[in-house]
Amino acid sequence: MAFISTGYDPKKPMENRITDIGPRKYDQFLPPVLKDNYGKWDYHEIIEPGVLMHKGLSGDEVYTVRCGGARLMSVTMVREICDIADEFCGGYVRFTTRNNVEFMVNTKDEALALKAELNGRKFEAGSYKFPVGGTGAGITNIVHTQGWVHCHTPATDASGTVKVVMDEFFEDFGSHNMPAPLRISMACCLNMCGAVHCSDIAILGYHRKPPLIDHEYLDNLCEIPLAVSACPLGAIRPTKTEVNGKEVKSVAIKQERCMFCGNCYTMCPSLPLSDKEGDGLVIMAGGKISNRISNPKFSKVVVAFIPNEPPRWPTLAKVIRQIVDAYSKDARKYERLGDWAERIGWERFFEKCDLEFTEHLIDDFRDPAYYTWRQTTNFKW
Amino acid sequence: MAKHPTPLLDQLESGPWPSFVSDIKQEADHRHANPDGVEYQIPVDVCDDLLGILEMSYVDGETHWKHGGIVGVFGYGGGVIGRYCDQPEMFPGVAHFHTVRVAQPSGKYYTAEYLRALMDLWDFRGSGLTNMHGATGDLVWLGTTTPQLEEIFHTLTHDLNTDLGGSGSNLRTPADCLGQSRCEYACYDVAALCYHMTIEYQDELHRPAFPYKFKFKFDGCPNGCVASIARSDFSVIGTWKDDIRIDQDAVAAYVNGEFAPNAGAHSSRDWGKFDIVKEVVDLCPTGCMSYDGSKLNIDNKECYRCMHCINTMPRALKIGAETGASIFVGAKAPILDGAQMGSLLVPFVPVQGDYEEVTEVVENLWDWWMEEGKNRERIGETIRRMGFQKMLEVTNIKADARHVQEPRTNPYIFWKEEDVEGGWQRDVNEFRKRHQR
Repeated sequence: MAFISTGYDPKKPMENRITDIGPRKYDQFLPPVLKDNYGKWDYHEIIEPGVLMHKGLSGDEVYTVRCGGARLMSVTMVREICDIADEFCGGYVRFTTRNNVEFMVNTKDEALALKAELNGRKFEAGSYKFPVGGTGAGITNIVHTQGWVHCHTPATDASGTVKVVMDEFFEDFGSHNMPAPLRISMACCLNMCGAVHCSDIAILGYHRKPPLIDHEYLDNLCEIPLAVSACPLGAIRPTKTEVNGKEVKSVAIKQERCMFCGNCYTMCPSLPLSDKEGDGLVIMAGGKISNRISNPKFSKVVVAFIPNEPPRWPTLAKVIRQIVDAYSKDARKYERLGDWAERIGWERFFEKCDLEFTEHLIDDFRDPAYYTWRQTTNFKW
Repeated sequence: MAKHPTPLLDQLESGPWPSFVSDIKQEADHRHANPDGVEYQIPVDVCDDLLGILEMSYVDGETHWKHGGIVGVFGYGGGVIGRYCDQPEMFPGVAHFHTVRVAQPSGKYYTAEYLRALMDLWDFRGSGLTNMHGATGDLVWLGTTTPQLEEIFHTLTHDLNTDLGGSGSNLRTPADCLGQSRCEYACYDVAALCYHMTIEYQDELHRPAFPYKFKFKFDGCPNGCVASIARSDFSVIGTWKDDIRIDQDAVAAYVNGEFAPNAGAHSSRDWGKFDIVKEVVDLCPTGCMSYDGSKLNIDNKECYRCMHCINTMPRALKIGAETGASIFVGAKAPILDGAQMGSLLVPFVPVQGDYEEVTEVVENLWDWWMEEGKNRERIGETIRRMGFQKMLEVTNIKADARHVQEPRTNPYIFWKEEDVEGGWQRDVNEFRKRHQR
């Protein structure tokens, strides 16, 4: 493994340096039919689950075949995508915000042939590589974060939890059988790299134990004032303590004030809070992004804790199944999950989804909590 | 033979959904076989060791990644995230495993040729594992070592005409929906604006100058396909001012079942015959529509453009012709003060020309936030701490009923001295002439 240099010389870092050029301009990558009809589209139809047709004012048509993928992809996998793009799509491909891959072709026949081709490709162990779906009133791919694969603050894994939930709802990815689109999102800690707080169903990794304090190293690894100010609840204060007979500067934590956000750990690596029994999942539900019919809204916590159960998180899959089935059975056409819950009332939501309501689901965090308590006799038995 | 046994992860190879475990294993085998004779610049067993350490997390229920250190390329403060594992002796292949964020093209369109060149670079100098794409929008490359960073940057900029994305307390890589490239709903040229803003603010993207991260996201219409209103500090959402355009013949075609409602989005279930009154008119949130049995009427002045009718009958109803966008500010996830949705700041901006009407708002907000924002405070939190009125003041925007859901319910109004006739300075002796002690 000899080191091969591009010609970069660390002694002269500015020589021939190119900076701040940004991404390549998008118009270099548009398939010709999209370039020709840019800004001049007339309407679209979903021919069948996973296959879209867009019609230009010019009369041109483009057919898109959408397939799901694990967002974690190897170069070999991406090269296979490139091969498919070359063979079927004139060398063009795109990715969606929800980590789907879209291949575009000119005719319906080509699209259906491509759908069959994509559905035919599998990994040796048996899972699909490019399952077609993710359109319309179904369940599309789960946007998610890094989890145990690559992140330093997660309370759970992301790729694994997503895999088991998508296995559970695989049929709904490939069909249009929901009352409205149902969007599931996953974030492996409260930082929520993504927008899970506005999803129909959100899976959220969560810590439940206050940070450990690594007194021996803390002052060497952390700026104590930054660790102190990182806590939104003022639970951390500077202190001195004795380690091996020697006085060291450190911090003290008022544990009962901690709500486990982990911000202190981000500022100070000597305050880790991950823990096998303490960590797990929160389920939130009823959020949305779209302005359609009702306003965008936040997801609400409906299950305060599900333990981490790697590798297949059976309780997680079961709880989401309960929510999806109740919604799918009971909601009206076009009604998003949150709109359904608000129409029937949250007391009825818990009943229909067979979920227990616990005190952890009553908000007690700052001013917005008050606006969620009931101030009317208009409740249901 | 796998380097590390992974009995738990192996269970994620079953089931129909694409298995990331199968993919990583396939990549591990590919690197060992090395059919193309690549002179790998980081350990050849990086994928094996990643599976090994992930298996360990599956046993321990805890992550094995440490905090990032300070790594990056010369002159940039963003684009690379340092990452080290906490079991380097057991898993030397991933002892150093830094993330590289690469700026993605608008709409995430690629040619296979360009994508292959990117993958060749990452095969050669990195783990061969990517995220397509990260949540903010960038191409994310998982795992390389420090000596490779400048080399990767050199190839990206010199040979691939591509830059790193943002990380840290910077502008993050802006992201957009696919906009006018393939959508009839896009109310402005989303890709053009996203590209313009990305290039215009490269300095802010690569050199930390802010209290915390700042995200631009661009949605072409109120359907919000990139979720800008929930997760971007500065969200531009397409809208229009004039009337929805109606094709009554196409309306009739939906009513008589010739066209599938909602573009066919409900096709796997029998919801009965399309009923325009039940499914469109009665679901209109403003009640601005009526159907007399043959003709659909919209009282456009009362419409607030939620998109439901247009989504349901895309061949009959079109967005208006006077299009532009609304600007929302301050969305964020819960850390630290709770989740915030973007708040409407500019009800309408035409999104044309040099986009000065957009950039002026951005720059006024930044000047204020850089002055007043606390360390790690998102602009949405600064606005909550200092007040919406302050934001109006620094952006020179006049208050409008559209800025609020409802007016205030408390009368604790912070009048300024200059707002009150005669000012606040008064003579107590003059007061005492009228009132005995």
